Amino acid sequence: MKEFIVKIEVKLKPIILDPQGKAVLTALHNLGYDEVQETRIGKLIELKVKDENAENVKERVQEMCKKLLANPVIEDFVVKVD
Amino acid sequence: MGIRGLKMPNFGVVVFPGSNCDHDCYHVIKHVFDQGCEFVWHEEKSLGGLNCVILPGGFSYGDYLRTGAIARFSPVMKAVEKFALSGGLVIGICNGFQILVEAGLLPGALMKNSSLKFVCKWVNIRVENNNTPFTHLMKMGDVLRIPIAHGDGNYFAPPDDIRDLNVVFRYCNRGGRITPESNPNGSIENIAGICNRQGNILGMMPHPERCSEELLGGEDGRLIFESVISWLERPESIREIKTYSRTKV
Repeated sequence: MKEFIVKIEVKLKPIILDPQGKAVLTALHNLGYDEVQETRIGKLIELKVKDENAENVKERVQEMCKKLLANPVIEDFVVKVD
Repeated sequence: MGIRGLKMPNFGVVVFPGSNCDHDCYHVIKHVFDQGCEFVWHEEKSLGGLNCVILPGGFSYGDYLRTGAIARFSPVMKAVEKFALSGGLVIGICNGFQILVEAGLLPGALMKNSSLKFVCKWVNIRVENNNTPFTHLMKMGDVLRIPIAHGDGNYFAPPDDIRDLNVVFRYCNRGGRITPESNPNGSIENIAGICNRQGNILGMMPHPERCSEELLGGEDGRLIFESVISWLERPESIREIKTYSRTKV
């Protein structure tokens, strides 16, 4: 058994408006960072997982994302295994 | 005993860790309407003997991850799903609605309010479908004055699914017009409440249990409970429940 660190990025789907991102974008502009074009806010979830190999981990974590960690109606997710 | 000698409808109010409108619902059913009512702990595995189950408002599991995301895996939700699939009446109010969409018993999702603020105020909602057990005593287009109190009530469904939704209530102005100004949270097409296709599961963000007594400033919420009670008292309801159980949600 090996130990893996898994990072999951959960983001709102592109078609979903992100009012939080918009509020932060306005704040950045108020600070003078006019070069910022867009802000989208998501979540980072970190898991420490014990398993035999990275493929297993990836498959199981994808399943966890679909069941609980992300809501497929409004969110996309990316799984990275280290 | 209810009318026609049938057994009095028996309601159950599910209590999750963090529910906070459970006692309000219990009070309205039991003391305002004089119906049978019991609390159902979230670890229960059966809903035997109940005719209608209410998932109340609150902040189940602290709203961690997403509202309703953790509550939907409570042991009781398996029983609620079974109950719903066999045609039992289920009402999700506020956090209860959030739990029902997370559980996939109702379509769509509830996101953070577009204002990013928790909104607590009286709103108006228009009846869009009076052919449900929850609204059959109302007329199409009736306007109910009813309170909301939520931070995540911004209803969303993918564009392809919107046309198929069974919308029951929409936010409107006092005259019953659907306007952007009367939408308190950014919900798509001003949606405030929906049913599944079969019409036996209702999810709504506004709180009917907070406006069922004149003392609390309004009584429009009574219409929902009265509809359910009178629907359950009809002898044909039992037959309809059996018909439902052969169809899938």
